[in-house]
Amino acid sequence: MNQPSPRNILRWFDPRHRQPGTWAFILNRITALGLTLYLAMHLIVLGKLAQGPAAYDSFVALAHSPLVKIGEMLVIAAGILHGLNGLRVAITSLGFATRYQRQLLWASTILSGILILIFARAMFLGG
Amino acid sequence: MPTLWKITLEILRQRQNQPPHVELFELEVDPDENVLDCIERVWAFHDRSLTFRHACHHSTCGACGMRVNGVEKLTCITPVREVTHPNGVLRVEPLRNFPVLSDLVVDVSGFFQRMEQTQLSSIAPLSQAKLPFEPNPPTIWQGQRLIDCIECGLCVSACPAANTSTSYFGPAVLAAAQHVYRQTNNPTVMQLVNCADGLWRCHSAYECSAVCPSNVDPAWRIMDMRRATVAHSLRNIFKRPNQKVAP
Ligand code: HEM
Ligand code: SF4
Ligand code: FES
Repeated sequence: MNQPSPRNILRWFDPRHRQPGTWAFILNRITALGLTLYLAMHLIVLGKLAQGPAAYDSFVALAHSPLVKIGEMLVIAAGILHGLNGLRVAITSLGFATRYQRQLLWASTILSGILILIFARAMFLGG
Repeated sequence: MPTLWKITLEILRQRQNQPPHVELFELEVDPDENVLDCIERVWAFHDRSLTFRHACHHSTCGACGMRVNGVEKLTCITPVREVTHPNGVLRVEPLRNFPVLSDLVVDVSGFFQRMEQTQLSSIAPLSQAKLPFEPNPPTIWQGQRLIDCIECGLCVSACPAANTSTSYFGPAVLAAAQHVYRQTNNPTVMQLVNCADGLWRCHSAYECSAVCPSNVDPAWRIMDMRRATVAHSLRNIFKRPNQKVAP
């Protein structure tokens, strides 16, 4: 219980009593898993190209449904959050600006929020 | 006479290899007392079987680390006022990521052994005992002092990477290695921590530096040691085979 164990895996996602650094780590991990899942799905869908134009066209029709659009928006949001926070982690992990990791976290989160809003606007309101 | 606070002390109790349970103690305390004083009060007046560690009572020995309302604290210097309120709850649990021996006592022997492997000296010249970005001490007196790390283990308990891996060295050991390496340039210390369970297990949560009660800033030291290790490896690439230095 108290000792480390791979069974504690859910504790990775427990943000109680923890610092913004852990929240960022949790978000980074969730978005990473989401992006990886998306990549797998994306490759499966691309495989449809090999099945000829009919199979692909019916899929493209599905892709215009609102549910899929929201899903795509989530992927974009995950990519932006993971990418910008990933830059922060990569830079501070090598001893650069390490003392300013907290400020970099706020900066990357605010920038992510702005970028996500811009993308959402373009996607749902047509730019 | 100070105004006393009624508080409920919730202590997570456990005998080795048995499931833990919570015991409640209603206390009246001066809010300027420290959490350790409350625990000692329980031991003195309520239950002599309660076990916990402490020695110095002034943040020097590092023995009294526990989790107080979920956050790692040196209980001997944590005033009740800072962690609860009148009629509030004070939940005290043993440190995480160490085996529990009994109640609030955890087994730190493995941790101490790893600390020893870094060959960290507990004293250093004034200018080397501090973090490099801290102001220099006045130069009038060129003495030595105790280094900052009191080996309390709070950082190990707070670290999410230490949560799932028993083999991870943990923040204090990596910080100790950085301290030794920056003082001595000893390549064996770099070799010791340049591995998956060493420097490269850290996921940048910065929890260790947030809970460290003694200004070690282990997270900064881990990243500084990574930088030294990467720089060393890069330099090695451009050396002739016979000039290469491990690691
Ligand atoms: C935009 C550029 C990207 C950057 C700068 C970036 C950066 C990072 C960094 C620094 C980490 C380590 C985080 C840590 O130590 O906890 C990481 C983890 C990871 N990334 Fe990325 N990443 C990027 C894009 C992606 C993409 C597109 C995917 C998936 C398709 C991905 C999948 C992952 C996975 C699976 C992890 C491991 C997560 C974990 O251990 O918690 N990343 N990334
Ligand atoms: S680095 Fe800080 S928190 Fe960790 S053992 Fe040393 S004094 Fe305690
Ligand atoms: S009792 Fe020594 S540090 Fe708290």
